[in-house]
Amino acid sequence: MRRLVYLLPVAVFGVLALFFVRGLTLNPRDIPSVLIDKPVPEMNLAPLPGRPADSGLATADLKGRVSMVNIFGSWCIACVQEHPVLNWIKGQGIVSIHGIDWRDDPAEGAKWLRRNGDPYERVGADPPPGRTAVDFGVTGAPETFIVDKQGVIRYKHIGPVTPEAWEKILLPIIRELEQK
Amino acid sequence: MRLLALFAAAWLGLAMPALAAEPSEMLKDPALEKRAHALGKDLRCLVCQSESIEDSNADLARDLRIIVRERISAGDSDDQVMKFVVDRYGDYVLLNPPFKATTLVLWVGPFVLFVVGLAVVWRVYGRRAARAATIAPAPLSADEKRRLDALLKDGAGK
Repeated sequence: MRRLVYLLPVAVFGVLALFFVRGLTLNPRDIPSVLIDKPVPEMNLAPLPGRPADSGLATADLKGRVSMVNIFGSWCIACVQEHPVLNWIKGQGIVSIHGIDWRDDPAEGAKWLRRNGDPYERVGADPPPGRTAVDFGVTGAPETFIVDKQGVIRYKHIGPVTPEAWEKILLPIIRELEQK
Repeated sequence: MRLLALFAAAWLGLAMPALAAEPSEMLKDPALEKRAHALGKDLRCLVCQSESIEDSNADLARDLRIIVRERISAGDSDDQVMKFVVDRYGDYVLLNPPFKATTLVLWVGPFVLFVVGLAVVWRVYGRRAARAATIAPAPLSADEKRRLDALLKDGAGK
């Protein structure tokens, strides 16, 4: 029984090792959002030039059906990678996608959409200092929020939406929210 | 020597305000700016993670600096400004984590470990001392006594 004391350092090491293994494999950029299950922040964003005058994004636009809100910008490199996936999702006609053109010159954002395709139903311009993006707790682009029929944020996806992420994470959540 | 001190002072003067905040962002009222700066020092730059928003050149840090100053200019108290940011980015944004249930281990852990360490040291040394006290040395035999006397006498003679 006494001998067990000598195993104590091994046990302590084991516990520490577990913490380190977990800590070192966590992605420090995955910051849990505190906005999950909170209503979409108040916003009334102007449309991008060249798009219909009533195609800006306001809080009320996110009520009544499940939708995705995608944070992008013409300066955002990962967005270029993500965009074809959003275009493809739009083609599926499952969910409406709205965009927030973050920290961007709206004219540049509009040009970028003309070049890369426009999967958005509505796009709001959020030029610096990006007040709406801050209200959404955005830390980088791209980020994608899933909003339920009541206009409540249900999920936040950090980084580009990949076909895998759409298939395995986003689509199942959207399907489930559609049922409610 | 005086020149050197002057240089040193100039160097320090240059080094001190190593801030990312640009003059255009700063508030006109020095008292408000001081408050904004103090608050910003406690807010994490979320894209650089180990810097405060006052120290970072990142765009998001700049946006948050501006927004903190807007809140202060709008008449928010320090607590209201901090709540505004925490409501959006969570406790994670605070460089000085609050004391609550989820951060209990973080704050209390080191002290608990210290006390445990003290207890271990106390026990180990206490037992050693107790053992030393109970084991009295055996009395010397007649032969040993003679040798001891001889050694003592020998030592005294020199």
